[in-house]
Amino acid sequence: MLGAVLQVVVVVLGAPFLVGLMRQVRALAEGRAGAGVGQPWRDLRKLMRKEPITPHGTSEVFRLAPVLLVATSVVVAAVVPFASTASALDPVADLFAVVALLALGTAVLALAGLDTGTAFGGMGASRAVTTLALVEPTLLLAIFALSVRVGSTNLGAITESTLQHPASVISPVSLLAAVALAVAIVAESGRLPVDNPSTHLELTMVHEAMVLEYGAADLAMVELASAMRLTVLLGLLANLFAPWGIATDAAPLALLIGLVAFAAKVTLLGTLLAVGEVSMAKLRLFRVPELLAGSFVLAMLAVAASFFLA
Amino acid sequence: MNLAAAAFAAALLAAAAAAVTAGMPERRPVVAAGTRGGRRSVAATSAVDRRRSAARSAADRRRSAAGASSSGRWRAVVAGGFGAVSGLAAVVAGVAAMAGQTWSLDLPGVLPLAGVRLVADPLGGLFVAVTGAVAVAVAVYGIGYPAHRPVRAAVPLFVASMLLVPVAASVGTFLVCWELMALASLLLVVADHRRRPAVAEAGRWYAVMTHLGLVAILIGLVLFAAHAPSDSFAALRSAAGELSPAVRGLVFVATLAGFASKAGIVPLHAWLPRAHPEAPSHVSALMSAAMVNLGVYGILRVGFDLLGVGTGWWWLLVLGAGALSAVYGILQAVVSTDLKRLLGYSTTENLGLVLVGVGAGGMFAVAGNHLLAGLALVAALLHVVNHAAFKTLLFLSAGSVLRATGTRDLDRLGGLRARLPATTGMFALGALAASALPPGNAFVSEWLLLQGLIHGLPVSGVATAITMPVAVAVVALTAGLAVATFVKAFGVGFLARPRSEEAERAAESPPSMIAGMAVAGLACVGLAVAPAAVLPGLARAAGVADRSAGEPVAGAVTLRLTAVAGSLSPLLLVIALAAAVAAVLAGLRLAGAGLARRRARLWDCGAGPLSPRMEYTATSFAEPLQRIFDDVLQPELDVDVTHARESAYLVESVEFRRRVPDRIERRLYEPVLAAVQAWGRAGRGLATGSVHRYLGYGFSALTALLIVLAVTR
Amino acid sequence: MRLWRKIRRTGRVAEPAPPRAAHDRPLAPELRGSVQLRHVDAGSCNGCEIEISSAFGPVYDAERYGARLTASPRHADALLVTGPVTRNMAVPLRRTYDAVPEPKLVVAVGDCARNCGVFAGAYGVVGAVADVLPVSLEVPGCPPHPEAIVAALRELTDR
Repeated sequence: MLGAVLQVVVVVLGAPFLVGLMRQVRALAEGRAGAGVGQPWRDLRKLMRKEPITPHGTSEVFRLAPVLLVATSVVVAAVVPFASTASALDPVADLFAVVALLALGTAVLALAGLDTGTAFGGMGASRAVTTLALVEPTLLLAIFALSVRVGSTNLGAITESTLQHPASVISPVSLLAAVALAVAIVAESGRLPVDNPSTHLELTMVHEAMVLEYGAADLAMVELASAMRLTVLLGLLANLFAPWGIATDAAPLALLIGLVAFAAKVTLLGTLLAVGEVSMAKLRLFRVPELLAGSFVLAMLAVAASFFLA
Repeated sequence: MNLAAAAFAAALLAAAAAAVTAGMPERRPVVAAGTRGGRRSVAATSAVDRRRSAARSAADRRRSAAGASSSGRWRAVVAGGFGAVSGLAAVVAGVAAMAGQTWSLDLPGVLPLAGVRLVADPLGGLFVAVTGAVAVAVAVYGIGYPAHRPVRAAVPLFVASMLLVPVAASVGTFLVCWELMALASLLLVVADHRRRPAVAEAGRWYAVMTHLGLVAILIGLVLFAAHAPSDSFAALRSAAGELSPAVRGLVFVATLAGFASKAGIVPLHAWLPRAHPEAPSHVSALMSAAMVNLGVYGILRVGFDLLGVGTGWWWLLVLGAGALSAVYGILQAVVSTDLKRLLGYSTTENLGLVLVGVGAGGMFAVAGNHLLAGLALVAALLHVVNHAAFKTLLFLSAGSVLRATGTRDLDRLGGLRARLPATTGMFALGALAASALPPGNAFVSEWLLLQGLIHGLPVSGVATAITMPVAVAVVALTAGLAVATFVKAFGVGFLARPRSEEAERAAESPPSMIAGMAVAGLACVGLAVAPAAVLPGLARAAGVADRSAGEPVAGAVTLRLTAVAGSLSPLLLVIALAAAVAAVLAGLRLAGAGLARRRARLWDCGAGPLSPRMEYTATSFAEPLQRIFDDVLQPELDVDVTHARESAYLVESVEFRRRVPDRIERRLYEPVLAAVQAWGRAGRGLATGSVHRYLGYGFSALTALLIVLAVTR
Repeated sequence: MRLWRKIRRTGRVAEPAPPRAAHDRPLAPELRGSVQLRHVDAGSCNGCEIEISSAFGPVYDAERYGARLTASPRHADALLVTGPVTRNMAVPLRRTYDAVPEPKLVVAVGDCARNCGVFAGAYGVVGAVADVLPVSLEVPGCPPHPEAIVAALRELTDR
């Protein structure tokens, strides 16, 4: 229980810092000074002091979507074993359930985009669910590949099994599944080359187009949720393939070490992702299915390898 | 006589009472001659009189359809009440049968050659219970739904025939009940044919396809019965061991074709997207949520129970057909702009997923892993139950929308949240369930299905090594596309602003219709938080199919898989989400989100105003997916340019039309239909009218027959 | 790889931050440290736009003071208005301002936004920005230097 609460607190507090770090890496690569790692928190604090707006013609779906988006991210942050392998809610700590909860968040935001009745909202919603539909097969097949060795899709079981057999991480199954999952996570969290979170051109937006009508606290929740989703996805990638440092019992010192290790791994992965984003341009919308099909093939190969090489 | 049998009898009696109550002709109140009652005697000579009497008879028809006259309304309420009682009794009967209370009834004299034989076992009990539950919602809904007297009378008969099919225990009984069900549903589908021509075409397709399916089932079952001492299912079961593999294969494939067609499986699905939109909405709900399940029942009964488990390639065929249907169905649903057609294709998708589970279960059973087979079968049966709940809810809501706006076209709907709040809430619940997202109910059955598939990988060699990953990929793709479909259906159809006048003028449905939807909604919610309530019964039903299945899923709050490692708690997930929402709201309050909300104009880039034509439509929403999958969907583009009379260089108007046809119909059905027509036309060449030629046909046929007999004796 | 070699060779391009002049209380205390800006071209010749994009570019790097450009006025705290207000842009400019949530500010960038500049009295011009919206801050110049724009933004963010 303590572990779950600590995890949620660390994710909520740390997610904007992760986004700030990624922006800072981009700034340094561009030769700029950058706003600092704490800028997203300053932005969120300012947003909470602004006046909330409800546009004419929208309904409760528009009002509730940000709350639900943050809520799904909170549940995932509480349930996935980041700090310790013993999840607080083990019956919910199933990989399929986690993927489905993240999909619920996207679907709710897409409904909010449609609720505005503007062309941008509809366009963002349409593109977001298209990307979601194409990412699902890769995600589920990668989960399948991971679960074959362990015999279960329970996150705690997979993490513990990787801890006990460290050499399995370098197997072809693991490597293929890791690459496929990495591409799927980039698509799911809306980063380059699938989506550019800092674009101003509406025709290039996927996630941003759905939130053009949000302001003040609603926008703060959407931004926080987006940062939290990125954090939990990177944390998932880290702990599925490199869980060392995670606590295996409930001792407070072990929990602390686990949290520090989780923060360090996510920071490293975030930096790598930011470096990758600097090197890449955004793909055209209709080239994204090709990228996702490639990752699907990798995931399929991972599953085939898990059978034929087992 | 145990509880199950008594409840079943009560269900049938109540259905008959409902039919009689609804079907009784309305008693005309006595009026003085020269007014309405004397219509027939007074010859309406002047045009004014004729118009007046026509208006009066039209008003009478409308009143009788809406049941607005007080006696008509009471009759509708009583008939609905009987229908609900019938459904409840059927649920009790089915649940009791699933709990182990079986009964049997033998009436050798009733049908001329075959006699009637009814046996209730857990598998049949499950489908009786599902049909009964759907019937309750439909009966309550039908009280307020505008329908003519024949429809109101035929619905309980349809329900009764659907209750008889799962308990039929001999080939003759089964076929008779199956045909009764087909006829009743056909009557209901063509109910509106005088007002809309599309209904007649849908009725024709449905009639032909359902009877072709009947012929296929007939061939399979009669072939089976020919090798058995009698035609009762018990005799068939005991004779299955002696059949040769060729005969068994033929029986299975023939019955599979018929049952798969009834379940809406590709490529025999063409009747489904035609018949479901044209039928009255509560009939569509009955068909989609209760009737198509009987196709699955037939496959389980014949393939697993009667034939014994059989060989691997049967179930590979079932799994392949299921996977193909799932993907094709949801792709067609994603690009469909007709709300009820979308729901019909979604039925194809869900039944495809059920057959994936059945096929996987069969493959595991053949390989000898009965615990996994039980898991896959329980997952498939749970999906049948879940699908019945949310599909009923969705079709009833769609009927409410149709009644309020008069249109099914998503591109003309929108803005219904403010005008039809209860219907919107119900549809939202159904859409959440249908998109297989937590906390909906279909998420649990999909989770179970995925667990069965992923643990089946090491089971039996290369066949499963290839099919299980493909099946998981198919389930994942359909899950993603289902999210897209129902976000589209709910978001475009109900949210934002109305796109047409009909949507603007919509008014909420009467309370009986909302009550019917609420019954289905309660079922969805119950299955979402407490699926463990139905799992033991499902395990027993699966045990009829695969006798050593055991109890694959245990536990009340947390579903624990017994054969393999895996657990999920739907209730805890719902509680966790609710707690998170409460925590977020509390956090907002603490962080001082204090300023009052201002209502402002939508951001339209400063120009404007935003007209409803600028909203995204269902077509535009699905356009990226349609482009990505256009090799599969192959949309047809039609550009019609009208030039000005003065010069061919000037264009007066351009008409652009794009439709996504059913590609399987284009490639498979149309050539077959064309071939049959050509054959018919060629046959006309034989009938020249010359008597000499006809005598010549007879002479040559007789001679050929005599020669053949002489040679082969 | 060539890209990363170039990044390493180029190093830091941003000029060091100039010292902050003595200032009194900030224009909007809620916006301390973070100001999102929505740029509206009410009829400018695009000279000011080039200077604004230079101000947000690597050399002057206005982002390090907490300012950022956004696409939607609902996400914004202040409007950066350039150019005199032309007839066709008067209503859209007003609507953009209405779409911004409180507390909100308006920054008139360039001489045209302050007093119509060279376009004063033209037939297509309604007036300066101050004639349509309540202006909180002005940046003189035609076009203003990027340093002046950055100094104005630093007044908003108080950094």
